[in-house]
Amino acid sequence: MASIKEQFEVPSKLKTWSYVLIAIGLVAFIAGLITKGMSKDEHEQTIFIGTLMYNTIFWTLVCNASMFFLCVTTMAWGGWQQSFRRIPEAISTLVPIFGAITFAILMFVVFTHKHHIYHWLDTDAVAKDPILNGKSGFLNIKFFVIWTTLAIVLWSVLGWRMRQLSNEADKEPFDNQSGAKFILQNTVRAATFLVWFGLTVGSTVPWLWMMSIDAHWYSTMYSWYNFASTFVSGMSLIALWVIYLKNKGYLEYTNQEHLHDIGKFMFAFSVFWTYLWFSQYMLIWYANIPEETIYFKHRVQGPYRGSFFLNLVINFLCPLLILMKRAAKRNYTLLTFMAVLIIFGHWIDYYQQIMGSLVKDHVTLGWLDFGILLLFVGIMINQVAKALASKPLIPKYHPFLKESILHHT
Amino acid sequence: MAKKKFVVACFDDEDVLFPAVKKVRTAGYKIQDVYTPFPVHGLDHALGMRETSLHTAGFIYGITGTTTAISCISWIFTKDWPLNIGGKPHFALPAWIPIMFELTVLFAAVGMVLTFCYLCQLAPFVKKHHFHLRATDDLFVMAIECTDKTNVDDLKSFLSNNGAVETDVQIAEEGWWFGRYDNDEIPFQKSQIVAA
Repeated sequence: MASIKEQFEVPSKLKTWSYVLIAIGLVAFIAGLITKGMSKDEHEQTIFIGTLMYNTIFWTLVCNASMFFLCVTTMAWGGWQQSFRRIPEAISTLVPIFGAITFAILMFVVFTHKHHIYHWLDTDAVAKDPILNGKSGFLNIKFFVIWTTLAIVLWSVLGWRMRQLSNEADKEPFDNQSGAKFILQNTVRAATFLVWFGLTVGSTVPWLWMMSIDAHWYSTMYSWYNFASTFVSGMSLIALWVIYLKNKGYLEYTNQEHLHDIGKFMFAFSVFWTYLWFSQYMLIWYANIPEETIYFKHRVQGPYRGSFFLNLVINFLCPLLILMKRAAKRNYTLLTFMAVLIIFGHWIDYYQQIMGSLVKDHVTLGWLDFGILLLFVGIMINQVAKALASKPLIPKYHPFLKESILHHT
Repeated sequence: MAKKKFVVACFDDEDVLFPAVKKVRTAGYKIQDVYTPFPVHGLDHALGMRETSLHTAGFIYGITGTTTAISCISWIFTKDWPLNIGGKPHFALPAWIPIMFELTVLFAAVGMVLTFCYLCQLAPFVKKHHFHLRATDDLFVMAIECTDKTNVDDLKSFLSNNGAVETDVQIAEEGWWFGRYDNDEIPFQKSQIVAA
C-alpha cells in the first residue's frame, strides 16, 4: 500500500478554474437579477426564476443520483465500485448545498405566490377550476413546503450517514465478524436511503417541483423519466471525475474495467431514458386527448421543436451509436466526450421541460442559461475537489476492496 | 476437412494453467484452444485470441431488422394500402417504433444465435471431437496443434514439467464435418493426416 497515492491534493489550477467559473456565474446571476429578476415585467421575472429553477433542480438531482448509485450497488453487495467509491461520495456532499439553493428558490416562488410559475398557487383560479380543485390535496402550499423540506433534509442526512459509515473502512482492518457487521450496516443504511429516494425522486418530487408547472397536465411516467435523466447524468459525472483523477495519477486500483462498467451504465440508462421518453410521448400521441397533447404542442410543433429533438439526438442517438462498442467504453477520450455530451443533453432536457412550460411562445436559451450553468459547474468542481481531499481516496480496509481490485468485466 | 495431430494436456488448477499457457506460447507452440468446465476470466486474453466479431454481426442484423420494418410498414401504410386510422397521418412513425424495435431485436437475436452456431460449428447431427470428456467436469484441457517439426515427446515432457497432470496425442478433424466421425475407422483405408 505504500506506493498508493491515497490522499488527493486539490491542484491550484483546478481551484482557480472553479473560482473563475463561479465568478462568471455570479456576474451572470447579478446581471440577470438586474435586467430580468428586478424587472417590472412578470414575463421577464418568470424567465429569470425559471432559469434558476431548472439549473438548481437538475444539479441537485444529479448529485443525489450519485448517492443513489452508491446505495444501489451497496444493496446488490457489489464489490467493483469500492476502488472509486469516494468519488460518488464526494459528489453527494453537494446535495445539502444545492438542496439549500433549490429550497430557497422554491420557497421564494411559493411564498411570493408566483402563480406564473405554479398556476396552482392562484387560489381564485383553483376554486373555479374542477381539475385543479381535485388536485388541491396534493398541490397546496402546506404539502409542497413540508414535502420539499423533508425530501432535501432526508437526502442530505441519509447520504451523510452512508458517508460516515464509509469512513470506518479507513480506520482499522475488519475481522470476519466486524466485517460482516459493517456490510450489514451498509446494507441497512443504503436501503433506508433508497426507500426515501423512491418516495421522492422516484415519484413525488418531480411531480411537485416540475410537473406542477403545467398544473392541469399530468404524466405518471414523468418522475421515472426525470430519474433516468438525472441518473445517467450522475453516472457521466462520476465517469468524468474518475477519468480526471486517473489522469492526475490517482486511483491506481481503478482501471479500464471499472470505466467500462460505468460506461455500460451510461449506455444502458441512456436507452432507458429513451424508452421512457418515447412511452410518454407515444401514449399521449396515440390517445390524442387535447388536455394531454397540449404539453407537446409547442414542443413538437412550436418554438421548442429544435431543443426537443436535439434532446433526442444527443441523449439517444449519440450514446447508442458511439457508446455501443466495447472499445468506446474503455477509451478515456471518447468516454469524457460522451459524459460531457450526456450531461449537456440532459441539461437541455431540463431546460425544455421547465422553460418550455413557462415561456411557451419563444425559446429563451441564452447568456443567462449558460451563465447560471457555469455557476453550478463551478460550485460542483470546487466542492467535489474539497470533499475528495478531505479523506483518503481508497477505503483501504473495506471488505470488498479486493474484489474491486480484481474486477474484470 | 483435414485431419490434424494435437498434443493434449490436462491441468487441474487455474493457477497452474495460466503460467503454462504463457510458457507454451512463448516457447512458440500454437495453442488451438483451451477447454474449461466454466468461463475463466482473462483466459481468452492470455491465449491471445482476437476479439469475436459476433457483436458486429449482431449490429448488422439489428440494422437489417430496423430497415426491414420501416420500409415494409411505410410502403404498406402509405403506398400499398393506406388506411385512415383514428385520423392519424398515413406516415405514423410513433406507432411503428415498437414494431421496428421488435424486428430489430428479433433479427439481431436469431441472427446472432445462428452465427454463433456457425462459428462454433454446432448443428444438428454434427458430432464434435472431444479432446477430453472431463473438460466438462473438472479439467482444463489444452490442445496444441502439431506441425511436422514438432517433437511430440519433447512437447509432452515440457507440458508435464509445467504442471500438466495428463498428456496424450490425438488426431482430430478440424472444421466442418457432418457425421463423418462414425465412418472414421474404415478398414484398409489410411486417413490422410495433414500437418498444419
